[in-house]
Amino acid sequence: MRLEAKDITFGYEKDRPILNRVSLTVRETERVALSAPSGFGKTTLCRLLAGYEEPWSGQILLDGRPLPKKGYCPVQMIWQHPERAVDPAIRIGDTLAQCPDLDPAVIEGLGIEKDWYHRFPGELSGGEIQRFCIAAALGGGTRFLIADEISTMLDLITQSQIWCFLLAETEKRKIGMAIVSHSEDLTNRVATRIIRMDRR
Amino acid sequence: MEKTKEILNIEDLCISFEQYEKGLRRVELNVITNLSVNVGEGEIVAVVGSSGSGKSLLAHAVLGLLPKNANVRGRVSFRGELLTAERIRELRGKEICLVPQSVSYLDPLMKVGAQVRHSRGDEDSIKRQERLFGDYSLKQKTAGLYPFELSGGMARRILLASALMESPKLIIADEPTPGLDLPLAKKAMADFRSFADEGNGVLLITHDIELALEVADRIAVFYAGTTVEEALVSDFEREETLRHPYTKALWRAFPRRGFQALDGVQPYVKDMPAGCPFAPRCGLAGPECAGEIPLRAAAGGTVRCVRFSGGEEINGGKEAKSNEA
Repeated sequence: MRLEAKDITFGYEKDRPILNRVSLTVRETERVALSAPSGFGKTTLCRLLAGYEEPWSGQILLDGRPLPKKGYCPVQMIWQHPERAVDPAIRIGDTLAQCPDLDPAVIEGLGIEKDWYHRFPGELSGGEIQRFCIAAALGGGTRFLIADEISTMLDLITQSQIWCFLLAETEKRKIGMAIVSHSEDLTNRVATRIIRMDRR
Repeated sequence: MEKTKEILNIEDLCISFEQYEKGLRRVELNVITNLSVNVGEGEIVAVVGSSGSGKSLLAHAVLGLLPKNANVRGRVSFRGELLTAERIRELRGKEICLVPQSVSYLDPLMKVGAQVRHSRGDEDSIKRQERLFGDYSLKQKTAGLYPFELSGGMARRILLASALMESPKLIIADEPTPGLDLPLAKKAMADFRSFADEGNGVLLITHDIELALEVADRIAVFYAGTTVEEALVSDFEREETLRHPYTKALWRAFPRRGFQALDGVQPYVKDMPAGCPFAPRCGLAGPECAGEIPLRAAAGGTVRCVRFSGGEEINGGKEAKSNEA
């Protein structure tokens, strides 16, 4: 399996493209880190890869086919701000229940405790919510994970807990990853390939 | 150790929140207990610790920005003067500036240039703002943008510029670097350093220990709402010179070092264990960890752990100062 961005151009405002003819391929056995200066459009590229935006031109292809428009998307995104990725008015366990075919081993592996289920996001720390978000992105149908600064706001112990689990799980299930992180130490540790992007 | 003049001194700070549970039943949540930190002139003190350990609350407590249901005990003084609610209101934004954690602290309806200038339009302010923009490689036309038009990293730089616009004595920076690329993050750190070197203080709240180690003078380590250790930056070179088991675990989790995870999570405020909050995850824990744990001074730092041998016991916050030298 491979996830491809083919010659994509995209911007949020007319005539002001943020990404200009960007191409990139991630294979299922790879963890590709994207490294670029602030404001380059890394998050935008992530959103495109996960199907949250439509490129102006070019294509996002999963094994040569466009991403499905309906149902569970095989490309799942984990966000930088977990507390903004969940509905604050819904108990976190109910949010997680919306994720199809979730393996209970994932929940256990992430160290999610049963009594967190009844809490609202406001009653959990960022690291705890992020574990739920990661679990929710690891439903049975996931083929690729897009991780946009998923551990920048976590402490080092939580960071290594989460990453150690992610590395083992994605290797076991052959899930490819695109990773954005500003920490070189972290990308050197977790990525199999690093792509440095620069303005032309 | 050379005695420096204190800018910020926090002694035995306790913060609790009163919350309604079901119906009218109220519970008191102790989120910060017995927390002590001080920042001297020319110093950068980094506060590091797990997420949810109360780091941001500390910043908000100093600035008097806590919500109404918070109870605060303990002493906070600024340049030897006790900080009262009125005094904070006079000082904040002038002598004490906050670099907030979230970009949502910007006014969404105001152009960022004017926000950095604090709405002033005089020539000096404009010049200073333009220089700050130049320093942080923000294009001058950025001044005419609204916050929603900025990238995360640009907004961060606006927040930094905004704090440096005044000439404060103390900057409290609450996670100033996430979203900045490495050169910019280092630039921000270097600016804090030169700001401190002019005789000012910086309380740098972060979990990016590696970055903090590059600029800070001392590191205060938080866990579950209390200071477990205060260490010198040089103590982080080796695991053995660190004092508390939590700090050692943090050290082993550095991506550059072991990248070692630790089982379990920080206890939730409602079910905090008695005594040491780290005991449930600690390999050295024993029954004595459930009792009162005194703060000890050792080799230029402090530690709160019964397993730590050596050092001198500090009884309460007041005596701490005389023992420190």
